[in-house]
Amino acid sequence: MQRNPQLNANGELQHLLSIEGLPREILLQILDTAESFVGVTERDIKKVPLLRGKSVFNLFFEPSTRTRTTFEIAAKRLSADVINLNIAASSQSKGESLLDTVANLSAMHADLFVVRHASSGAPYLIARHVKPHEHVINAGDGRHAHPTQGLLDLYTIRHYKKDFARLTVAVVGDILHSRVARSLIHGLTTLGTPEVRVISPQTLLPAGVESLGVHVFHDMREGLKGVDVIVMLRLQNERMTGALLPSAQEFFMNYGLTAEKLALARPDAIVMHPGPMNRGVEIDSSVADGPHSVILPQVTFGIAVRMAVMSIVAGN
Amino acid sequence: MRLLVRGGRVIDPASGRDAIGDVFIAEGKFAAADGSADRVIEAKGLVVAPGLIDLAARLREPGYEYKATLESEVEAAVAGGVTSLACMPDTDPPLDEPGLVDMLRRRAKALARVRVYPVGALTVKLQGERLTEMAELAVSGCVAFSQANAPIADTLVLWRALQYAATFGYSVWLRAEDPWLAKGGVAHDGEVATRLGLSAIPPFAETIALGTLLELVRATGTRLHVCRLSSAAAVEMIRAAKKEKLPVSCDVGIHHVHLSELDLGYFDSHCRLEPPLRSRRDREALSRALADGTIDCVVSDHTPVDEDQKQLPFAEAEPGATGLELLLPLVLKWGAERNLPLAKSLARVTVDAARVLGAASGRIEPGAPGDAIVFDPEAPFRVTPEALRSQGKNSPFLGYELAGRVRATIVAGNVVFEQK
Repeated sequence: MQRNPQLNANGELQHLLSIEGLPREILLQILDTAESFVGVTERDIKKVPLLRGKSVFNLFFEPSTRTRTTFEIAAKRLSADVINLNIAASSQSKGESLLDTVANLSAMHADLFVVRHASSGAPYLIARHVKPHEHVINAGDGRHAHPTQGLLDLYTIRHYKKDFARLTVAVVGDILHSRVARSLIHGLTTLGTPEVRVISPQTLLPAGVESLGVHVFHDMREGLKGVDVIVMLRLQNERMTGALLPSAQEFFMNYGLTAEKLALARPDAIVMHPGPMNRGVEIDSSVADGPHSVILPQVTFGIAVRMAVMSIVAGN
Repeated sequence: MRLLVRGGRVIDPASGRDAIGDVFIAEGKFAAADGSADRVIEAKGLVVAPGLIDLAARLREPGYEYKATLESEVEAAVAGGVTSLACMPDTDPPLDEPGLVDMLRRRAKALARVRVYPVGALTVKLQGERLTEMAELAVSGCVAFSQANAPIADTLVLWRALQYAATFGYSVWLRAEDPWLAKGGVAHDGEVATRLGLSAIPPFAETIALGTLLELVRATGTRLHVCRLSSAAAVEMIRAAKKEKLPVSCDVGIHHVHLSELDLGYFDSHCRLEPPLRSRRDREALSRALADGTIDCVVSDHTPVDEDQKQLPFAEAEPGATGLELLLPLVLKWGAERNLPLAKSLARVTVDAARVLGAASGRIEPGAPGDAIVFDPEAPFRVTPEALRSQGKNSPFLGYELAGRVRATIVAGNVVFEQK
């Protein structure tokens, strides 16, 4: 097995490609740094000069509004210059290869690439080919990883629950296609969460999911009993009918989070969702907007977490 | 040309011979030495064995000359000690009409270095719909019929194709893979694909298709060679089929004998292979079955891919690995790991492969085709792009230190490759 491509020779974070394989200390360093940035985002003047003079290229090979925007805000709050490239609509459609695109941008003196790509592993390929002073942050690759989302989920959980050591966390929905679920599960297990559950029909679970360190539940009511944190996953439209599921309605009946099912969790349970939400498919509006929901604070923390990741990799 | 290979350790897997001695080739065939050699190769301290027979190599002609040419790949073959190779029909256009097969054979013959056995397409354009003119293709020199990696999704077409082939006694070489279960998949459906978020192919994609094939062999009596086994469960089915005396043989790719899903590491596209590398348990079963003979032979499944097509995210990368030059060292490594005598490990790439091919080569005995190799089983060899003569530098073994270097390759008594 090759050396972990995310770490430099001193074991520091060179690129953020996946939460898997990152030591606990680095995860905590990111969460602690993010905490110091939460204050910045609440000030009148929301800027710190940590990345002044640096260029951040948002390379989105797959459309995204929310993630791209939060990365852009985070980079700007660190005083970086931000260039947004919607590659899905430009050079790739002219036949330019992924690595050629990156080499060209590198020639424009990039410091940091934020990459989203529909193919699992694409940021690894880019990270293998960038110059030593350039950094890659994975903003979501295929089904593989979405580490900044995982980190902001961890941040949110720590914010409300303080400690991972006694928590039971349930992740509900389409685990098979979810990079969010994979990143969060790796983060939770690395930080010592004693019980992580996945709740899903067999058709939406990858083979051997238990090897990630989770307990599998098919019955949502059973799986939610006594949990501290509920993470609902987005169900993509194209998965709602066909061979994976018969219909969105039936999915909601079995795996949608309603007030009645939420009542099975601990009274102080929090409800999270990476967004964008399908109200009435995976989550009922009364829950999404209810007192247990921390879905909007997740978005706010997301900016601080992305500021933390960018400032840490750029400093290494 | 009368050639004497003198004083080497002569290993003939067919007879089990393993002794120091001389090998003499006259008029293109092995013969008893009569003291009349035109040329002598000193083989002291080296092994002399039949030339290797590789049942699956892609020479990329016609159509994919930018990936490799007949010249580059024939050079790779002889440097790797391969004296006979069967080439797959997945060229562009596919080998589905006699003219193409004729041209390929003429080109190969003009190079006069390695015996090329074309495997014809079983269906037109490999589309799995209409049968090719098998009799015509056989006349042009096709030794068997195959779909390479293309499926026949329609079971009725598959049945008819096997019936038709059986009518004339043609062998059919097919991979066992259910096209629906394999659709879009790029990795074994296991822990690694789950972690890496790769679309997966379950092992039962192989066993379900193999069950269908074996049932059709029972019905039609077709001689079936199952290509590139990948799972432990499929090995067990083959074992049972052989016990039942079905006319079935099979092979495994050399990469699958050594590597498993774990070798994907961090999305190493050199490990993007068809079929996918499966679990360590599967790998162990394949390696063991090759040793006990349940799997008849091992092939390079040589697939040169240009760098641009490998420098892509894992799922988008073109599948395949270069293999002609690594076949011998990797067979030696496998044999050493399983504690097999050289005669036994070499059998899987010589006499056993010849049996599937229906060729008289693969043995050192008077009258057999004079194809031989002289090699140093201990000579170290670092796998680097520069060290490979194939145009394809795509190997999961890049950077590995292997042992086993060919010193001379002889086809029909002619020295077609030599390295001091």
